[in-house]
Amino acid sequence: MNQMTKRPPHPRALPEQSEWTFELIEQAHEEIKRVAQGFGLDTYPNQLEIITAEQMMDAYTSVGMPVSYAHWSFGKHFLSTEKGYKRGQMGLAYEIVINSNPCIAYLMEENSLTMQALVIAHAAYGHNSFFKGNYLFRTWTDADAIVDYMVFAKNYITECEQRHGIDAVELLLDSCHAIQNYGVDRYKRPAKLSLAQEQQKQKEREEYLQSQINELWRTVPKREEEEVNRPAPRFPQEPEENLLYFIEKYAPLLEPWQREIVRIVRKISQYFYPQRQTQVMNEGWATFWHYTILNQLYDEGVVGDGFMMEFLKSHTNVVYQPPVHSPYYNGINPYALGFAMMQDIRRICENPTAEDREWFPDIAGSDWKKTLDFAMRNFKDESFIAQFLSPRLIRDFHFFAVLDDDKNEKLSVSAIHDEMGYRYVRQQLADQYNLGNREPNIQVWSVNTRDDRALTLRHTQFNRRPLNQQAHEVLKHVARLWGFDVHLDTVTPEGQLVSTLECRREKRGRIF
Amino acid sequence: MTYLIDRRLQGKNKSAVNRERFLRRYKSQIKDAVGRAIKGRSITDIENGEKVSIPVKDVNEPSFGHAHGGVWEVVNPGNEEYQKGDQIARPKGGGGSGKGKAGNSDQTTEDDFIFELSREEFMNYFFEDLELPNLVKTQLTATVEFKNQRAGYTVSGTPSNIHVLRSLRGALGRRIAVGGKPRKQLAEAEKELEELLLNDTPLADPRVVELKKLIHHLHTRILAIPFIDPFDLRYSNRIKVPKPMTQAVMFCIMDVSGSMDEQRKDTAKRFFILLYLFLKRVYEKIEVVFIRHHTAALEVDENEFFHSRESGGTVVSSALNLLNKIIDERYGAGQWNSYVAQASDGDNWDNDSVLCRQLLANTIMPKVQYYTYVEITDGPPQNLWEQYAQVPELHPHFAMQKIVTPADIYPVFRELFKKQPK
Repeated sequence: MNQMTKRPPHPRALPEQSEWTFELIEQAHEEIKRVAQGFGLDTYPNQLEIITAEQMMDAYTSVGMPVSYAHWSFGKHFLSTEKGYKRGQMGLAYEIVINSNPCIAYLMEENSLTMQALVIAHAAYGHNSFFKGNYLFRTWTDADAIVDYMVFAKNYITECEQRHGIDAVELLLDSCHAIQNYGVDRYKRPAKLSLAQEQQKQKEREEYLQSQINELWRTVPKREEEEVNRPAPRFPQEPEENLLYFIEKYAPLLEPWQREIVRIVRKISQYFYPQRQTQVMNEGWATFWHYTILNQLYDEGVVGDGFMMEFLKSHTNVVYQPPVHSPYYNGINPYALGFAMMQDIRRICENPTAEDREWFPDIAGSDWKKTLDFAMRNFKDESFIAQFLSPRLIRDFHFFAVLDDDKNEKLSVSAIHDEMGYRYVRQQLADQYNLGNREPNIQVWSVNTRDDRALTLRHTQFNRRPLNQQAHEVLKHVARLWGFDVHLDTVTPEGQLVSTLECRREKRGRIF
Repeated sequence: MTYLIDRRLQGKNKSAVNRERFLRRYKSQIKDAVGRAIKGRSITDIENGEKVSIPVKDVNEPSFGHAHGGVWEVVNPGNEEYQKGDQIARPKGGGGSGKGKAGNSDQTTEDDFIFELSREEFMNYFFEDLELPNLVKTQLTATVEFKNQRAGYTVSGTPSNIHVLRSLRGALGRRIAVGGKPRKQLAEAEKELEELLLNDTPLADPRVVELKKLIHHLHTRILAIPFIDPFDLRYSNRIKVPKPMTQAVMFCIMDVSGSMDEQRKDTAKRFFILLYLFLKRVYEKIEVVFIRHHTAALEVDENEFFHSRESGGTVVSSALNLLNKIIDERYGAGQWNSYVAQASDGDNWDNDSVLCRQLLANTIMPKVQYYTYVEITDGPPQNLWEQYAQVPELHPHFAMQKIVTPADIYPVFRELFKKQPK
């Protein structure tokens, strides 16, 4: 080795060894915590848990939660993860971190001391501060209550299995899972409840809901003149984007326990909704902070050269972005894009160029810590990219936009990383992270309350994109939950009917 | 506040229930896979796990998504040569720009979903097909022969097992231990009294009176120590250990005449596997010999045994003659425990059945531990059955049963191998 910078040894320097011990992890954590707090990261308290590879697979496959209800699809994920892992085809995720208070981060026992330090900085300070700070998580998730809620869900579902049989519960869960991405409110804000309140409310809900439904579906005929004079009121009055919510509230034939399970899947789906909207930011933020924190520890002399070499190797693997022509290309790597953007914001603050001053007059030359903190708190992927992606990064990534219109014979390059293209590429990339564009826009449109009780869903096309072939299968699940016929109309944004799918239920009556 | 928790020892196998749910859901596919595995697998290799594959479309969980079509505009990294406005030929396979990431994967073909069943899971499915999953193991182990072996002493048992020497030795020890102190005191007291009396101390002296009282008291105490106490009793301990029967040979004899179709061979195979698993639990070493016969008999390997298509009429005695010869040549008396399982549809050349009975009764039965005959047929018993039915009178270690479907195998097996009255 050549002569590296000679520095006086730090009094609390970590030993150059790859084996971790509890003492060393605690020591490393203390240092990381000190540096993180020095940078002003605000986190929930941390709970670091050492687990085995097998436990990591468990956690990985049950939606990454410490507890979850039983379902075959989690078993499916476990089997495929296990197969890949045992054959050495893939490494396990280094880290799983749970948006809870205290924030739980898993450390896998097989990892070296360096990797443990990396995970602590990444998960316990990066993700953790993101969970605590970002507005979507603040609005939509309740870190204090989630673990309790999962315990409640698990117990409730186990109880249902005992009362109604595993098969009945499994069918119901299958159907709920099929539309769980449509179980989120995008605008309404949930109330926060503790476990005890949740259980109390659950009882009340059962009784109240059932009475409401009976009201809606009353079969006692009304007097005739009323019928003639008043057209049936539209139901629902406004289209409803939350399919699971609508089913929970209005499906005619569901039993109270079935409504509660629909609600559980909806709640969990809602809990993960912010994660789906902030992938680039969240990973970018965590990666930026593990990089920054560990570099500072190196500068102070707390960690040595060997540590740094190993760390940088892992870090580089994580933030590698293969180009589109590479056989390894698998879309944009959120770690790479997010990390680059966070680094770039710091650069714009610290060393702005003339271009930066023109594009980002507000932040060029400002305090980078405050600016980054602001960005982390107030955006989601879509708006974050629209706001902060700089021409410099567009050049670095060699981003280009390709237009694929099925009416044209060829694809055309609509913008590249040049002066004329920056804004266009940036807006396109931002749109690409808009969940509203990524997923088909499907809402509850109407219910025939007077006759066959059929439910009509409406898919409003985005850019003339058709639905995938699984749509009909999903529709069967919706019909199973609704209990009567279900139609799915595809319309243009102007409301013109393009096509329609339907699923008829052959027999009315009890469905599960 | 930070917590560092070692979770490694707890909560293992959390996904077991989910794994079980998965297996439960795909039970019929897995059973099929196990059935195929049994066909394709050698009898001695049956106890390993198995790879199972399920078509991906069956395990897919549907969700709404976009398919290709309409307008997609995608930003990609890594532009090398393109300029704005360049036209690119549409990649084949419908993937728009990029790798079709934005579309949904419902059109791509994927490999089957493959995973491994553990050994236990495999055995469960195997036995379940025989329609008695859990009883099997206990029944099998119960039929192992044990011998009693001494294993030291215990503190409880039946009176007939009391070990007198041990018990008395224990009692003696206890008496010495418990009586030690008073005996010592007694000796001291007697010595003092003797000295006092030698010095002509009057008998009325308070010390003398006190010593006499003490001596009396100590005597009583020593006498009160029981000679033998329930606590001292020791019983001979006997434990059952499996009788070491080190080696065995299992002969599989199968009729391969034209009427033994694939299904019957499969049934026979399952029967042989069960027999193998059973014997495997009793013997450390077990060999398997395969004999197939139509008009002539031949010793073959397993593959040929189950899969060769050669066929012809039926002369069962050819197989018995060969069996006899092999036992004499390779598995001489005293060295090996020999078991024979014969499977046939019962159709034999008329005059031959009598010959078979004679061969069995006179020559073969004295050389083997147990002989089972299963007739795989749904028809009425054939002449071979009638002749064989006479054998058990002479040799109780001969048993025969009829099997119609695979579900019969286990009950028949149990009937064949039920504990013989001694």
